[in-house]
Amino acid sequence: MTLPDLGPLWLTLQLALIVTAGLLVIGTPLAWWLAHSRARLAPLVEALTALPLVLPPTVLGFYLLLALNPTSAFGGFWLRLTGETLTFSFAGLVIASLIYSLPFTVQPLQSAFTTLGRAPLEAAASLGVRPLDAFLTVALPLSARGYLTAAVLTFAHTLGEFGVVLMVGGNIPGKTRTVSIAIYEHVERIDYAAAHILSGILLALSFAILLVLYTLNARHRRGAQE
Amino acid sequence: MRTLDLSFRLRRGAQDLLIEESLPLEGLTAIFGPSGAGKSTLLRAIAGFERTGGQITFDGETWEGPRRFVPPHRRGAGFLFQTPRLFPHLDVAGNLAYAARRAGALADLPAVIARFDLGTLLPRRTPSLSGGEAQRVALARALLARPRLLLMDEPLSALDAARRGEILPLIEDLSARAGLPILYVSHSLSEVARLSVRTLALADGRVQAHGHTADVLADAAAAPAFGGEEPGSLITARFLGTDPDGLARLALPDGTPLWIPALAARPDDPLRLLIRARDVMIARDAPQGLSALNILPARVRALRDLDATSAELTLDCAGATLRARLTRRSVADLALAEGTACHAILKSVALARD
Repeated sequence: MTLPDLGPLWLTLQLALIVTAGLLVIGTPLAWWLAHSRARLAPLVEALTALPLVLPPTVLGFYLLLALNPTSAFGGFWLRLTGETLTFSFAGLVIASLIYSLPFTVQPLQSAFTTLGRAPLEAAASLGVRPLDAFLTVALPLSARGYLTAAVLTFAHTLGEFGVVLMVGGNIPGKTRTVSIAIYEHVERIDYAAAHILSGILLALSFAILLVLYTLNARHRRGAQE
Repeated sequence: MRTLDLSFRLRRGAQDLLIEESLPLEGLTAIFGPSGAGKSTLLRAIAGFERTGGQITFDGETWEGPRRFVPPHRRGAGFLFQTPRLFPHLDVAGNLAYAARRAGALADLPAVIARFDLGTLLPRRTPSLSGGEAQRVALARALLARPRLLLMDEPLSALDAARRGEILPLIEDLSARAGLPILYVSHSLSEVARLSVRTLALADGRVQAHGHTADVLADAAAAPAFGGEEPGSLITARFLGTDPDGLARLALPDGTPLWIPALAARPDDPLRLLIRARDVMIARDAPQGLSALNILPARVRALRDLDATSAELTLDCAGATLRARLTRRSVADLALAEGTACHAILKSVALARD
């Protein structure tokens, strides 16, 4: 048995890492605002954020394809700025994945911030601590579990995406061919051995990630009971 | 005199708080009233946790006003909440250092740790502390931030009597010795009588009375703020000495002697006495053959019916104001009216310290 090309696997891991890091940064202020806002706009933003959960990936991919296209305003701007198109490129894949995986970051964070409540931050403010300082030194460490859940779910979800990638990125080796697309192709070519290996790796990796998450959660629960 | 000036109306759900008051920034001011009176909301507005849309001025500095809102962290108002709100991811030492470092008060740490007897607690995780310990740490942490004003929202309500007894002297000491102005929300008459110089009586979102605690306790207008709590009189007496049988002899404001069970005090020490209205009986003539120790001449200043069966008397007695609660039948039988001379029999006199 020959080992299939592992390039798609590395590309996928790279994509998942970049998207996870990016979403933790973008998702934090968004989730914070959703958790604390009393604005009438909040439910609208919340619904938009959750949309990728329910929308078929092909539908999302179709609209992203239109939005990232060089003839669109944003796609054209990107082309002039970088000399590359967003569609069928790694950068386009990152942008699409940021949107596709957004709810998997925002929802755990929002729930962590809601659970945290205002009490610890009021306590910090009463000690004269500036809001950003209080966020970094009080809210962040107390929301560590929420961040772990958000990071793991976002990473795992990005790892397995298929429909959006196919629509926006196509299937360009080394650029946009992620592991799920590579598997699809192996199956199309009836190369089940290669599909087995890649699928097996993805299965093991996904399971390992979730196992780590739930083990840490269980340890935290036991710790809290002490 | 430095003051905290409040002028706002704040509606939150069923609550409607209307405040137009100037609070002197000295000593401990109790904010007293039944639950739902708006006490906590008032404190939160002062801290900046609630926007009022009105005016809040601290010692001439506008904290909230038209087009101006100073955020809570820039007000220098420390806050002691009902629950300690210690940071659970830091141990006790970490909580204290967190506040001290940001206030540039790390040098104060050893003195505060000693004063609040926290030495043995320092390495403890905060969730493992008892309620009293945690509230002591929270108080120390609040002080390490070097506040200009300390807001306390029923900080002892979750503690039992013994734990309260550990913390009350610390609070007493703060306002008296450190000169830190404190606003102290409470619905406990004994706490108010013991700690406060001044009292703001609040009920249904309105100020019922505000002034020196003894005056507010004597003020019939403050009655709604007392709700279910029995009203009482706060009288300051001087300690004269201990009689051979062990009873402590005190002098009331006009010199009339009064005896209470033994206590340790120095001559001329002022003592705060809390005399509950239900513990005062009235006799028209000086009673004979009665076991009560303290029978004082008094004169009825005011008379007010409380409900169908009971009435409240305000008495001028020994240079102070004394309130008594009687049945309306007794008032009629004794033919009591404004100006009637009578005798007040004190069934029980408590030191406000207890």
